Amino acid sequence: MVQNEIRDLVIKHARLSADVSVLTDRSDLYAAGLTSLTTVNLMLALEDHFDIEFPDRMLVRRTFGSIQSLAEAVEALKAS
Amino acid sequence: MREPALQPERESLSTLLGRVHDLGREAIAPHAEAVDREGRFPEEAFRALKEARLLSCYVPTELGGMGLNIADLSKLCEVLAGYCGSTAMIFAMHQIQVACIVHHALGSATFRDYLRDLVRHQYLLASATTELGIGGDVRSSLCAVAVADGRFTLEKQAPVISYGEAADAILVTCRSSPEAGRSDQSHVLVRKEGCVLKPLSGWDTLGFRGTCSSGFTLTAEGAAGQILPVPYAEIHAKTMHPFSHIVWSSLWTGIAADAVARARSFVRAEARKTPGTLPPSALRLAEVDTALFSMRAGVQQAVAEYLQLLTGEDPEAFESNYGFALRINNLKVVSSQLIIDIVGRAMLICGISGYRNDSKFSLCRQLRDAYGAALMVNNDRILGQSSTMQILQREG
Repeated sequence: MVQNEIRDLVIKHARLSADVSVLTDRSDLYAAGLTSLTTVNLMLALEDHFDIEFPDRMLVRRTFGSIQSLAEAVEALKAS
Repeated sequence: MREPALQPERESLSTLLGRVHDLGREAIAPHAEAVDREGRFPEEAFRALKEARLLSCYVPTELGGMGLNIADLSKLCEVLAGYCGSTAMIFAMHQIQVACIVHHALGSATFRDYLRDLVRHQYLLASATTELGIGGDVRSSLCAVAVADGRFTLEKQAPVISYGEAADAILVTCRSSPEAGRSDQSHVLVRKEGCVLKPLSGWDTLGFRGTCSSGFTLTAEGAAGQILPVPYAEIHAKTMHPFSHIVWSSLWTGIAADAVARARSFVRAEARKTPGTLPPSALRLAEVDTALFSMRAGVQQAVAEYLQLLTGEDPEAFESNYGFALRINNLKVVSSQLIIDIVGRAMLICGISGYRNDSKFSLCRQLRDAYGAALMVNNDRILGQSSTMQILQREG
């Protein structure tokens, strides 16, 4: 499942302040401590892991808001 | 009164720029390397630009063009340069010639008809200003136009006519009559069917190789109505000088922006290898972006002032306006230096990948093109003129 792979990357690279064990796919990552600067680490890790590149239009708060929204973005990029 | 650049019912600038990006990706970028290597005219690019009706984009809408203004055109040149510097340079030079007609010859039925034809057939216009024996001083001519019985004849030894062979017509500077002094110049529209080009020299250069700026002896004849109806001095002050430096600086900014974008992709790829720690080159990227910011700001400032003078009420806005002429000279000198600085720094960021010809981060063509900017109208000549104007100018 893409969601599980993303969860591992979030735990490793997003430097969240909240307890990562209670994160659901729909949890608000920004509320859990994600910032615009730590988004960079997460983005780079996702790009490397899935061999994708986020275009400018997807580098928005909405994309990084939750594990679910990231999964949708990754699926879309892998399909294109 | 300042009119909006685009009428609401027409395509917005962002839609148009989106179309130009598509065209750049599909029809220009794939051939840029071959155009550069072979030093050939970018025919695929111009076929696409003509299909998109972009050669008449500066022609007023009432004559069938898009009616873009200098601000729109500046953006267009910048975008095109990100795909192929030579294509953007030819496009910019063509628009300068169109602007000379649009700004100075709309009072003539001949030229209004010519612009309608240009819209219909998407004619490409070239320029012959420099001359053997004169060098780069475009405000002096040796050759002269002679008029008899409603016809003109003209012969010019031109060391450089960019894309002279591919053009449909050439605007030529010359003395206004065989008796006139060197700086008493006219501007003549020479149509290809009324002209013979005898090669003088080729164009095997470091950069901007696709502009095919060979030298020719140009022998021409045509109707006297093809002579622009105002002295070249006026055309030079209001159009040739400011318009050229603005569109050139715009496309140089596009080349610099392309180099920074490549450096950014490179840094991003490096950063992916070490999540959590940014590579040292990221700092250099942030730094070079500040230079690009200054370069673009210079262009935008010049565009804004030029647009204001063009659309203002003062018919003598460009006459002895040393302050404006100086700022345009400053724009040219600064942009032509910044392009080398920025592309060079982008190459340092990309390292050997930028130095290679066969890498997706290659900046070789961009760096070679960059070195041409200070030479086309040599910066020393411009600074020489500026030093005189510095003494004359009264304002800050």
